[in-house]
Amino acid sequence: MTRSVISIENVSKMYRLGEVSSGTLRDDINRAWAKLRGKPDPFSTVGVSNQLESTSGDCVWALKDINLEIKEGEILGIIGGNGAGKSTLLKLLSRVTSPSAGRIRTYGRIVSLLEVGTGFHPELTGRENIYLNGAILGMARREITACLEQIVEFSGCAKYIDTPVKRYSSGMQVRLGFAVAAHLQCDILIVDEVLAVGDMAFQKKCMGWMQEVSATQQKTILFVSHNLDVIRQVCSTGIIIDNGELAYTGDIDSTIKRYLGNNGFDQVTSLEKSKGGGDGQVKITNLQIMNGNGALQAAMTPGGNYVFKLSYKVKNLDLLPISDIKAEVIFTDSLGNTVLLISTETVENNLTINHSQGVITAHLADLALAPGNYSISVYLGQSSLRTFDCLNKVLPIFVSGGDFFGNQHPGFAGQCKTLTRSQWSINDDQLI
Amino acid sequence: MNNTPAEEWTQEITAQRGLLSLPLKEIWRYRDLLLLFVKRDFVAFYKQTVLGPLWFIIQPVLTTLMFTLVFGNIAGLSTDGLPDILFYLAGVTVWGYFSECLTKTSTTFSDNAHLFGKIYFPRMISPLAVIASNLMKFGIQFCIFLAVVLFYWMKGAIQPNSSVLLLPYLILLMAAISLGIGLIFSSMTAKYRDLRFLLSFGVQLLMYATPVIYPMSAIPAKYAAYIQLNPITPIIEMFRYSFLGVGDASSAGILYASIFAALVLSLGMIIFNRVEVNFMDSV
Repeated sequence: MTRSVISIENVSKMYRLGEVSSGTLRDDINRAWAKLRGKPDPFSTVGVSNQLESTSGDCVWALKDINLEIKEGEILGIIGGNGAGKSTLLKLLSRVTSPSAGRIRTYGRIVSLLEVGTGFHPELTGRENIYLNGAILGMARREITACLEQIVEFSGCAKYIDTPVKRYSSGMQVRLGFAVAAHLQCDILIVDEVLAVGDMAFQKKCMGWMQEVSATQQKTILFVSHNLDVIRQVCSTGIIIDNGELAYTGDIDSTIKRYLGNNGFDQVTSLEKSKGGGDGQVKITNLQIMNGNGALQAAMTPGGNYVFKLSYKVKNLDLLPISDIKAEVIFTDSLGNTVLLISTETVENNLTINHSQGVITAHLADLALAPGNYSISVYLGQSSLRTFDCLNKVLPIFVSGGDFFGNQHPGFAGQCKTLTRSQWSINDDQLI
Repeated sequence: MNNTPAEEWTQEITAQRGLLSLPLKEIWRYRDLLLLFVKRDFVAFYKQTVLGPLWFIIQPVLTTLMFTLVFGNIAGLSTDGLPDILFYLAGVTVWGYFSECLTKTSTTFSDNAHLFGKIYFPRMISPLAVIASNLMKFGIQFCIFLAVVLFYWMKGAIQPNSSVLLLPYLILLMAAISLGIGLIFSSMTAKYRDLRFLLSFGVQLLMYATPVIYPMSAIPAKYAAYIQLNPITPIIEMFRYSFLGVGDASSAGILYASIFAALVLSLGMIIFNRVEVNFMDSV
């Protein structure tokens, strides 16, 4: 049986809000005075609510009562919105800061990559920086010497290895930094969004490396990213952190589904509040996605048939009736590229809004998206004259499963974004 | 949660750390990093300069010449009958080491905030590296001093004696005192930035309360006790006595400096150790 290599028990982390430097001496004296009388710290009781938005207290719990066991060889993806506490958790694990309460026990050598190329000195050469960076990450000099050649080769900077790092392009610096990290001897690896900085080829290399490492060396990896595609490909299990609390633990697919499910569908209020582009004379109030049978959908499958229902509300009734309505539903991938769009432009009949509110319906047949994570944006306007409302990436969706090709092919997840069917044959009777 | 107590863990992170649990073992494990930091500081210092490591020498030499001109010739302060240049060079070399160590270690956290915020290594490595790289600098400057001493010794102007063997101990004392005070200040500067200004300016003032530009023998009796309270005073006087043959050296003074060094270093380490775990939250 594999043992747990990280055990997190009742861990909380409190941060003080506001300008740290203002009045701290007074606070410190207050605190010392309270301690002297045996009273609890007056400042830790203020911020007991863990809502990040609540500004009533001087303190905030970035993490609250986290309990987690991580097994050897597990690749854990950590998901959560901005400010949910993901990075705080990684910082606690990598000992950059310490918890306010609770304890963390670990087994084995931990290397944390909160940044690539930490401690590079611009005046030193690439070779000198490899030693410096490796030592900062906890390697002994002889360990670095042992794999120096591999590092240089992996980085692809062999030609420039004796040039000061300040002459490197930023991409080369990142490659060099990652090359050092990739050759570290460790049991537990903590990675925080470092993949976000490099170009596509570099990201692919990093991902390949992580998969290889986990498969061959039984390393435990903790990985934070906002790119759900990457998380899904690399990780085996996942957790969701929400408002400083552990909201969900499970295998990676169910975690992502849960995360996306929490983040959007049929939340009318969020659509009304969200600031869109456009003049706002007509507002989109709701977007629903249903399958062919009319049931609400939280995820889509390639090849499926879907109905999009866009509810709208007209603000300025003088405009009615509005003819030449243009509506669009746009799918973008995790990098922000539009991969698919459906539009009223492609239909022949002219749509007109006659009443102050109603629903625009679109039928989409045979969804040609490859499995992955996408966002939906919606657009509402009048021909090309004006934009009423435009909601950018309001709805994250998760495309998976299905049988687009009719032969159980998984559908090129991560290799492409759209799918189409094709016929193939070989004719080798004659030379062309 | 199934906690099998039989399982062993290599590391435990909790909210509080013991008062005296200095991570000495860990510091030893990271000794290569210390060496690399020293190398980095040394190499980065003279990269892209024409004169290179010569700058380590130019600074004390020019200071000495200026002191000779201003304090020796214009103000006419006593130098215990020693050649002016030699007298001031001794003071400048020793004081330079102490003040550099002190000011640099006291900004450990703010200087390394970008590193400390991203990665863990024993924080003590950084101030130790400062002490070590300044020791190299001191070594170069000391060579100049030694050359001047030899020159005057040949001429018969001075008589060095066997107490020169105390030199390593004197350096150790200065390193310990500056490290101790530096650690205390660095632990508190991130929270109270005021201390940084207090220190940089305090070090300048402290030089005048140390027999750098005047000998102890020139001090009126009613002030002498205060100057003697300064733990650097007996160190400089002993240094001058051993290399130049004249100075107000006493074993009691060295004993006082040793006790002071031991106390301030322990206090500094304890405070630093307490503070380092959560330091990044307040920088």
